[in-house]
Amino acid sequence: MFDARPQHNEYLRYRAQQFRSQVERRLDGSLTEEEFRPLRLMNGVYLQLHAYMLRVAIPYGTISPDQMRTLALLAEKWDKGYGHWTTRQNIQYNWPKLVDIPDMLDALADVGLHAIQTSGNTIRNVTTDAYAGAAADEVVDPRPYAELLRAWSTDHAEFQFLPRKFKIAISGGEKDRAVIAAHDIGLRLRRNEQGELGFQVWIGGGLGRTPILGQVVREFLPEADLLPFVEAIISAYNLAGRRDNKYKARIKITVAERGLDVMRDEIEAEFLNRRAVFSGVDQDLVAEFREVYAAPAFRNEADGDYEARRAASVGFRSWTDTNLSTHKAPGYASVMVTFKAPGQTPGDASADQMRLLADLAERYGHADLRISHDQNVVLPHVHKSDLFALYSELKAAGLATANAGLISDIVACPGMDYCALATARSIPIAQEIADHFRARDIEDEIGKIDIRISGCINACGHHHLGHIGILGLDRAGVENYQITLGGDGYDIPAIGQRPGAGFPAEEVVPAIDRIINTYLDLRDSAEERFIDAYRRVGAAPFKAALYPVNA
Amino acid sequence: MSKTFTPSIATPAVITANDLRMGHCVWMRDGDWTADPREAQLFEDEAIADLAMLEAIGQANIVVGPYLAEAKRGADGRPEPTHFREAFRRRGPSNYFHGIQAELEASNV
Repeated sequence: MFDARPQHNEYLRYRAQQFRSQVERRLDGSLTEEEFRPLRLMNGVYLQLHAYMLRVAIPYGTISPDQMRTLALLAEKWDKGYGHWTTRQNIQYNWPKLVDIPDMLDALADVGLHAIQTSGNTIRNVTTDAYAGAAADEVVDPRPYAELLRAWSTDHAEFQFLPRKFKIAISGGEKDRAVIAAHDIGLRLRRNEQGELGFQVWIGGGLGRTPILGQVVREFLPEADLLPFVEAIISAYNLAGRRDNKYKARIKITVAERGLDVMRDEIEAEFLNRRAVFSGVDQDLVAEFREVYAAPAFRNEADGDYEARRAASVGFRSWTDTNLSTHKAPGYASVMVTFKAPGQTPGDASADQMRLLADLAERYGHADLRISHDQNVVLPHVHKSDLFALYSELKAAGLATANAGLISDIVACPGMDYCALATARSIPIAQEIADHFRARDIEDEIGKIDIRISGCINACGHHHLGHIGILGLDRAGVENYQITLGGDGYDIPAIGQRPGAGFPAEEVVPAIDRIINTYLDLRDSAEERFIDAYRRVGAAPFKAALYPVNA
Repeated sequence: MSKTFTPSIATPAVITANDLRMGHCVWMRDGDWTADPREAQLFEDEAIADLAMLEAIGQANIVVGPYLAEAKRGADGRPEPTHFREAFRRRGPSNYFHGIQAELEASNV
């Protein structure tokens, strides 16, 4: 199996060398573009609007300081000084040259990183909760299982030519921060009545042009059966999934067309075959990965001047109110560093910012960093006595924006500013919305709200799951934006619904403004979030505000 | 993004692609490629455009994915885009001054 700890990795060097040879053969004409394209995609290399793009996997969003410094090196040496955190906890470089990419892969291999299976019809980077191993409400850290799945799925011969791409997400507990309902396979760690550990298994979720929430195929799967069961699911899909129509090839369509019961019967039958040949090596590996992801030695000491600093500094108080999450260890907090400062492109990080985060993680965060689904970076383990020092250094670098989960913390795909598939731009819309509500100075008053923007129907910005979703389309040669309301990727998974016709670019901000004003008028109290108010009153008042009838 | 339209005086076209080695956008001019969209050759005749496309496809060791993009003749006689996607390709992203907009400014200095 594939070993991917943050250290020099010979196998990854070998894979990088393979790709180097493939690039050479493409350049000397031995390979046509048709032959080369699937090879480059298998290595995360896309051709975008203005340049190639390299997507590097950040396994389940977990990254060490040295790995982060290597990401900074790539940005500086072979790109334009920055990278882009994606909604699948990866990083994308927007400007690499094809001839440089083998060198980039070599540099990544030196710290155990790679771009394998960040594209193509394979099992993609496994994703999980950015607060894994830190969250107070977690049953157990999901990362040993995520690593097991990554090790098993990387270059797995049986699953290199699936009908379509395949995405697995794992939640460490009942509180889902991994969006498991929107994945091909969603896994939720839980304990049964006997206190034994296992997984609730979901299949058939996905977004894109046909958004469907997953369904539970097994209420409780003993943890030791994870790999044979996942193998059985993907094997059943590999055989039954449609290959005649790209748009009907994801497992969500297979399940929808054939029915959950048919799929379950096939999966359970195949599971018995597969389990019979598992030797137990997977359990040895999980035990090893538990050691790798053992909790750091948390300090047991007082909060220091934390409360005094909060009382004395409005900025620090606001940041701690907004950007911290409850940690399982006394005296600790998890810190969300948002990449949504005024004027910033959502999720873009400069090489300097990456290096600073690597340094800060070593100084204040037990050398642990995470990339979150919402294109931010989490320092999962920070002692409260260190928070003010951390905040001060982040602030000096423009990284202490107190907006985690607020209206300016917008998720947006690269859209037509970069992506060859996009039908409209996302980034300027996100920036305009954030600027507008900052100018109105009502971010805190609005409270927690999730706006997500995609620049095409493929939904990389997860717009279906936004409380307010925005989808950019090409309407007769003009950028046009469809709004959806009521989506939720977390507490109560829901696909947002369209209240009506789309809006031209210049009318998007006024439309969002009308939605927000309506919410502020009708909410029960300042504590009632937008999504809760929407669920209580339904779409009608928002629809009326969006599409006023002219007198 | 191949187009089904027929290049003509009413609906002129340019041939565009990405550079194989570097990835940047390029436009065809007299059988060669330029990174300056203003220098692109405007095709207003179907037969000439078809021949040029064959030539472009034959240069697969230089460019990737050549296609005909609808264009119009600007006031100065140079080609201009008719669709926003092509306008973005000619300029670069809107969030940073990167790509062709920066290259052209640098080359004009």
